[in-house]
Order: sequence, then C-alpha cells, then structure tokens
Amino acid sequence: MANADARGISRRRVVKSGLAVAGARIAGPFVMSARAAEAVRIGLDNPLTGPVASLGKNELIGCQMAIDEINARGGVLGRPVELIVEDSTSGDAGTAVMKARKLIDRDKIDFLLGNDNSALALAMAQVSNEKGILHIVPGGHTDAITGSSCNWNVFRVCNTTQMEANAVAAALIEQYGKKSYYITPDYAFGHTLEAAMTKAIAALDGERVGGDLTPLGTVDFSSYLIKAQAANPDVIVFLVPGDDMLNAMKQAVQFGLQNKVHLAGAHQEMEPLEGLPPEARIGVWVMEWYWNQPGVPHVAEFVEATKKRTGRVPTARTWFGYVSVWTCALAAAKANSLKALDMAKALQDFHLPPEIALGPNPAFYCAGQNQLLASLFVGEAQAKGSAPDDFFKVTKVVNGAKVAGTLEESGCKMKWPT
Amino acid sequence: MNAVRARGLDVAICLMLLFAPFWMNAIGGYTELATRIVVMGLAAMSLNFLLGFTGVLSFGHAAYFGLGAYGTAMAIKYWAVGSIPAIVLGVIVATIAAMIIGALIIKLRGVYFAMVTIAFGQVFYFIAFRWNAVTGGDDGLTGWRRLPINFGFAELDIVQNDRAFYYFALAIFAVCVAAMAVLLNSPFGRSLIAIRENERRARFLGVPIEFHVWLSFVISCLFVSAAGGLYALLNNFIDPRALRVDLSGNLVIMAVLGGMRSFWGPLIGAAIFVALQDYVSSQTQNWMSVIGLVFVLVVRFFPRGVLGMLRTGAKA
Amino acid sequence: MSQVVLFNVFNGLIVGAFYALMALGLSLILNLSGVINFAHGGFLALGAYLAYTLIPYIGFWGALIVAPPLTAVLGLVIEWLLIRPLYGKDPLYSLLLTFGLAYIFEDVTRLIWGAQSVPFQVPGWLMSSLSSQYFFLTGYRVFMMIIVAAAVGGLFAVLKYTRLGMRIRAGTRDLDTVSTLGVNVRVLRSLNFGIGIYMAGLAGVLAAGLLGLSPTIGANLIMPSFVAIIVGGLGSLLGTLIGGLMIGVASGLAAVYFPSATEAVIYVMMALVLLVRPRGLLGEEGRLH
Repeated sequence: MANADARGISRRRVVKSGLAVAGARIAGPFVMSARAAEAVRIGLDNPLTGPVASLGKNELIGCQMAIDEINARGGVLGRPVELIVEDSTSGDAGTAVMKARKLIDRDKIDFLLGNDNSALALAMAQVSNEKGILHIVPGGHTDAITGSSCNWNVFRVCNTTQMEANAVAAALIEQYGKKSYYITPDYAFGHTLEAAMTKAIAALDGERVGGDLTPLGTVDFSSYLIKAQAANPDVIVFLVPGDDMLNAMKQAVQFGLQNKVHLAGAHQEMEPLEGLPPEARIGVWVMEWYWNQPGVPHVAEFVEATKKRTGRVPTARTWFGYVSVWTCALAAAKANSLKALDMAKALQDFHLPPEIALGPNPAFYCAGQNQLLASLFVGEAQAKGSAPDDFFKVTKVVNGAKVAGTLEESGCKMKWPT
Repeated sequence: MNAVRARGLDVAICLMLLFAPFWMNAIGGYTELATRIVVMGLAAMSLNFLLGFTGVLSFGHAAYFGLGAYGTAMAIKYWAVGSIPAIVLGVIVATIAAMIIGALIIKLRGVYFAMVTIAFGQVFYFIAFRWNAVTGGDDGLTGWRRLPINFGFAELDIVQNDRAFYYFALAIFAVCVAAMAVLLNSPFGRSLIAIRENERRARFLGVPIEFHVWLSFVISCLFVSAAGGLYALLNNFIDPRALRVDLSGNLVIMAVLGGMRSFWGPLIGAAIFVALQDYVSSQTQNWMSVIGLVFVLVVRFFPRGVLGMLRTGAKA
Repeated sequence: MSQVVLFNVFNGLIVGAFYALMALGLSLILNLSGVINFAHGGFLALGAYLAYTLIPYIGFWGALIVAPPLTAVLGLVIEWLLIRPLYGKDPLYSLLLTFGLAYIFEDVTRLIWGAQSVPFQVPGWLMSSLSSQYFFLTGYRVFMMIIVAAAVGGLFAVLKYTRLGMRIRAGTRDLDTVSTLGVNVRVLRSLNFGIGIYMAGLAGVLAAGLLGLSPTIGANLIMPSFVAIIVGGLGSLLGTLIGGLMIGVASGLAAVYFPSATEAVIYVMMALVLLVRPRGLLGEEGRLH
C-alpha cells in the first residue's frame, strides 16, 4: 500500500498547490486595478473566438489604435485611458452578460463596447442600461438596438439594415433589372434586411419574384441556387453575410450562374471577400466603410497607420472599433464629465471630426435614436484592383442621413431617466 | 470515519456557499460569478444524477437546461408572472419534453445513447433558433426582466441587488439538491446505483431497468431545467446558444472534473471550470486551447475528479 | 417545378455522398473502438488547411494525395498518445477527450492560419459546369463524387478482401475473440483509427473546394454525420453510406417544399427512425448495448 500512499499524497499536494496558485491568480487583477485607479477605463466585450472572430479582432485593432492616439494627445479629461478586453466568445448571452457585469462591477469601467453578435449586443444593452453605463455598439447589426429596443445609453456605429438596403437598392435596379430573387439568412438580421430591400425595390418599381430563407451556417447552397435560377430573375440578391456569403458565392460561380443571372447582395465586408477565390469576387454590394477613398483627407494616414500595425489595410470593422473608442473620448470631452447621462446628452446630433469620420459625408449620431449616420459605399466586388487588397470598386458613396428611415419607422421610443 | 468526513464536507460546502458573496469579492471575484457557479453547479449535479449515479451518459442536457430557461423567460415576457412561478413553468415544459424524448431513446445504451442525446439537443437548438415569433430566434428573448418577489408581507428585491439574487438562487439550489439527496438515499436511488454497477445483474434481481433509467433521466432533466430557469433570470436574457452541445459537454466535464461518484463533486467541478474559464478567457484569446487541454488532462490523469482523488488519498 | 425537384434530388445525392464520406470515417472508428470522435470535424479542418498550405508547392492534385495521409499520421499520433489508454474504459472518457481535442483543434487552426476565411484554389477547369442545362453538375462536384466513390469503394474493398479488413470486421463483432486468436488488437485499432482520419482529411480537402475555408469549417459538418450513422444503422457501414445519401436527398427535397426546414428535416428523420426501428435501417441486433 506504500506506493499508493505516496502517489495519493503527492497528487493531493498537487491539487492543493494548484488551488493555491489559482487563488493567487484570481486575486491578481484585483491588485492591479488598485494601482491604476486613475485611468479612464473602456471595457470591450466582443467575440474574439468563434465564427465572427475575424471581425472582432479587427475591431479590437481599431480600438487599440484609437487608445494610442488618445493617450498621445493627453487622454480623456487629463487622465490616461486604458482598454480592458474580454472575449465574449460566440457562445450564449450568459458569458457576454457575465463579462459585462465583471467589467462594470469589478473593473469599474466608464464605457462599455460590444457586441458583434446581435443577441449578445441586446443582452449587454440591458445590463448597461440597468447600471447606467455609456454603451457603444461597434458592429452589431440588428435594427432593434437603435430601434424597438433602443436605450438612452446605447449608441451604435454600424448601419441599420434599413440604411444598407436603401443605399444599394437603386444601384441594383439601375444596373441589373427589376426582378430579384432573395437568398435570406433566417434570423433577425436577414429578415429585416430582406424586408427593407423588398420595400426599397418596390418603391422603385422593382419586383420580388421569389426568395428562400436559409439556415445560418448553411454549408451547401446548391438547392437554393437551383430554385433561384428556375425563377428566372434579373438578379439573385444574396443577403447572407460572412461565411455563408462565401459559400453561396463560391458555389454560384462554380455553377456558372453569373453567365445567366446577375449576382449581387446588400451587406458586404472585406473579411469574407478576402476568402473568396478571385473569380467569385463579383457583384454589386454595399460596404459600410472602405479604405480606398482617393481625395478624402485623413483616410490615407489611417490606412498607413493600420498597415504599419498589422500589415493589412483597415476594414470597416477596424473603423468601427476606432470610432467607438473615439466617441467615448469625445463625449467625455464635450460633456466635461464621465457621467453617462451627461455624455449621452452630449452625443445627441454629435458630429465626428473629419479625421475620425474618414468619409466624404458628415458623420453624426442621430438624436433620439443614437444611431451613427455616415457614408455607405456602394460598388462592385472585383478580382483585382489598383492596389493589393483593393477588392472593391466604389461606384457611389451614399449619404447615410439620406437613406436612414424616420424615427417613427425605427420604432425607437427613447426613455430618458429623470 | 467516512460518515464524519462526509458530514465535514457537507458543512464546509454549506458554509462556503452561504458566505460566497463576501469571500468571492475579497479574492477578486464578483458576485455574479458566484451566482453562475451555483447555477452551473446545480446543472452539473442534476446531470450527475443520471451520469454518476445511474451510469448513463447524456451529452444533450443543454436542451433541457435551455427549455427550462426559455419556459421561464417566456412566462415572464408574455404573462408577467413572478420569478418562482416562472421557474416552475419552465421546469414543467422541460420535464414533459424529457418524458417524451426519454421514452423514445430508452432502448439505447452507452455510446449510442450519448449520440442520440447529442442529436436531440440539436433539435431543440433549431427550434429555439427558427421559431422566431415565439422565441425571438437568433436575437434571443429580450425585453423582460425578473420581477421582485412579493412574499405578501415583504418584498425581496432580486432585480437590482446582485447579492439578493445570489441568495435566491442559492435557495432554489438548496431545495433541488436536498430533493436529489433524498431521492438518492431512497430505495429508488439504491436501485439506480445497482444499475450503474451491473445492469445485467440488476435486471436479474428484478429491477425494471427501462423504467428506472427513464425515470432517472426525467428527474435529472427536471432539476437541470430548474438550473436553466435560474440562468435565464440571472441574465434577464436567453438565446438559442444556451442549448448548444458546447454547454452539454461543459456540464459533463464539470461532473467528471469534480468527481462523478460523489454527491458534491459536480459542484466543485463547476466552481473550478466556471472560474477557470472566466479567468483564462480574460487573459488570452487562446482560452479554447486551455479549456480543451483541461478536458484532455482530466480524462487522462484525473478521471476520478478532485473529490475522487481526495477520497483515495484519505483512505490510503 | 418537377425539373427543380429532379435537380435537387440529383444534387442531394452528390451532397449526400460527401456527408457519407465524413460519416463513414466516424462510423469506422465508432464500430471497432467504441469511440465517438468529436474531433472528427477538427481533423477535417486540419486536412483542408494542410492542403491549402501545400497547394503552392505541389499543386492541387499533389495536395489531394498528400494531405489526407498527413492528417491520418497526426491522427495516429493522437490515437497512440491520448486515445489508446482509454479503450476498455467508459465511452464517456473518449467522448470528453475528443470533445476537448475539438476545442484545441479549432483554436490551433485559428492561431496558425488566422480567423479569417482563406481562399482555396481549385484547378480552373474543374470549376465550371459541365452542361448549361444541368448547371449544378459542376466539374468539381462530379469530381467529388468520383473521389468519394473511389474512397468508399476502396474502403469496402479493403474491408472485404484484405486481412486487415477482415480483422476489422471481425473485431467489430467480437474484439475479445479476435484478440485471443492472436491478432494485435492495439495495432488493429490504430490502423482503423488512421483509416477513419484519412477519410476525414480527404473530406476536408474536398470540402475546402466547395465551401469557404475557416477554422470552424468542420463544426457544421459533424452533426449530419452523427445523424447519418443513427439513421443508417449502428454498426453498419453500408447503413452509414445510405444514411448519408438519404440526408443529402432529404435536405434537397426540403429545400424545394419547406425551405426553412432543410436542417430540421434530418433530425425529423432521425426521430422517426428511432421511433420505428431504434437500431437504424441496417443496424445490427445487439448493437444497442
């Protein structure tokens, strides 16, 4: 029994010491935060793992660039600003909510940023509203965030599906024709995008000849493409984002559908475009921000700075992160306080300075809705452009303010605390 | 000797749970973490009713966890009921589902039973995802929150007060755990252990195997759905991802990590796992590798779990 | 309308063949060793990424030949180090282990190749349709069918005509007896595992040409494999093959009539099979325990 004895004791010792180490490590951050009590803290609760990890990572880069710039210029209200990053994971809302609470309760952040997943953004918005913290959503697209579930303390940088649809509908009809068939992802983002597209197209005498709801994460689009082609439209509109769009376009081009029908869509981003084989980079799309803007001041510097940091050009997501952090700093500066209520009021109809807006049109947070209205870039995906990474040829820059719906349409009834 | 040790463990755990909000904050944790550990601990212990004590592996318990959560959330959102009735409604929904599914799959065992539970878990994930009108789909069920509990003579504010909610969750936890303990010590519980040890022999002894396993499955799902209801209340939110196989796998690892053969094992496992995941995901983007490594290490080197090892150490 | 139906059935067979390839690897490992390989999707992703890395050096065809065996080698290493000690123990442990491995695989592929989707280049002449009318018959899909048919045919040939195959088949029924007859069961299991992973790697290379290649590519494909095995029958490889084909066709048909149920339909099928014939269509008796 001696052997078992020795083994047993040493295992127990390992476990005990392990627990002790774990205990010390948990205490670690507590010690750290006592030191940095002076800094202004921005908490980022965004997915860094899972299917939208690439988007979250790019937003993080944008945030970090903004933090460096702000600190170089003296910080926020004279205090240094620091970014606390938490991976909300792409799991369920519980983790994102828990991290949000951790950031607010334990780390005492002054601003909350996140989330790219619509559900998680909504869940976090409930927490930030309950705790009265200023909350910026960089890239969560569900309309409800600045619509039916709007809150006085929640602001959003990326566009609503309404805006994207309105921006691209005219281009589709002009270039391709009136009859469209929709491949729509079956979740809130897809539904609202399709509804907005149908309405926008109808207003221009377009016709919806059919459509299919595809489950998120659909791997094989062939059956839907077969149906789409049979309906004989002028253009097949792909509303599926990210990896789904990648699969759908890749397969559509393999089928040679682009020779019979036009292929296009609404929402598009650099990250999935980079994953497409060059021959599948076709179609009319709308992007929320694009790096290649000749003639627009300050953009080239931003692109250079990003390239120096990462070796790649900035994407819309990089810009979202950048704007989100800068919004916090500018709000505090304008309100001259870190109280969420003051800052939220200061942000109503607040215009971003050109070196942050980085676009031809003014960028401002629409009052009563807290939605950023900036520029939308309608154009064509291209296999190769004037420079490496130039995968998109911008044909028209739309003014966001002109394609945003009215306040009533959004369904936002903002309640301010008394 | 063993009984004294067991009692000692019981008392130690009760004390730690009772004072969690205090010592948690002192070591850099936060109250919500403690609440989450209690909820996950309940879920893992419920799973262990089936896994550790009946010897049947279910890898799809997240489905019933999620059903309990959705039931609770929908009850509050659409009918504005109080927190406790909401949890009860969630439990009812999940238990009925467990009864039906259990009857369907009872003939399978071992690896195949596990596979089928995984597949059924996915079914509920889809339903939650697609039935947009009712469940809110991918966006989740939002626009509701837990209401203060009205006892008639006093009102317990569990809405704003994190600590109050922790104790509410702990109360529900205590009720469920006590029920499980009673069941496990009953003749029914004994026959479950007999089935775990040697199913064929139990069958020869006249134990109605299928019925017992089915009942164990249903009971296990009943308590896990109570944990799910608490989870929905904790977050004031529920979305389909809570029903994914990831959560099922996490519950199993919690049970194994803490010690499948002991009553409190899964709670310890839940505490370690939840705290570890929270901590590691704050430190590095590669936390998935660390968690995966935990799975691998536990299976290879600590299959009996923390409490299993401590017990062996003490005996020898 | 009926043309759409016909097209979808045809196309469903093609897609189903691909599901079958993946499910067969899983089934092979499950039948002989009783291990549910949750990391199968991870091996698929690894095979795809290895091919992606090799293509600039040895071209697509070279990668197709080299990547699956490479993946199989990695599978053998993992089997030897991690899974072998778990044979004979509760299947719970191997399930947990492979579950953890799946996490690690996803994280490591993301670490090495990035979170973004990467473009996977397939030879141009494969990319286009063979006929204008049957446009969904792209060269690539036909090619995929041929490869799958070859792989499946090869697998069944190995099982039926070689000694290794015979031992695997015997071991699936009664491993103890096979062991007492002097067969090195450890080597047998390893080789079996290797073959299963080879098929996962091959499926990965094929998948990358069809879909976008990102670290989560395997995650969506593993569930249909499970269902294929359950529907087709536990313990029967032919059943798994048929199960895979059925899933493909069912999804295709659902896309025509109930588009939003294309995923759910395979689970409905599974539930029906469980109700009516719990051991699956071609499952063997006594396989349930």
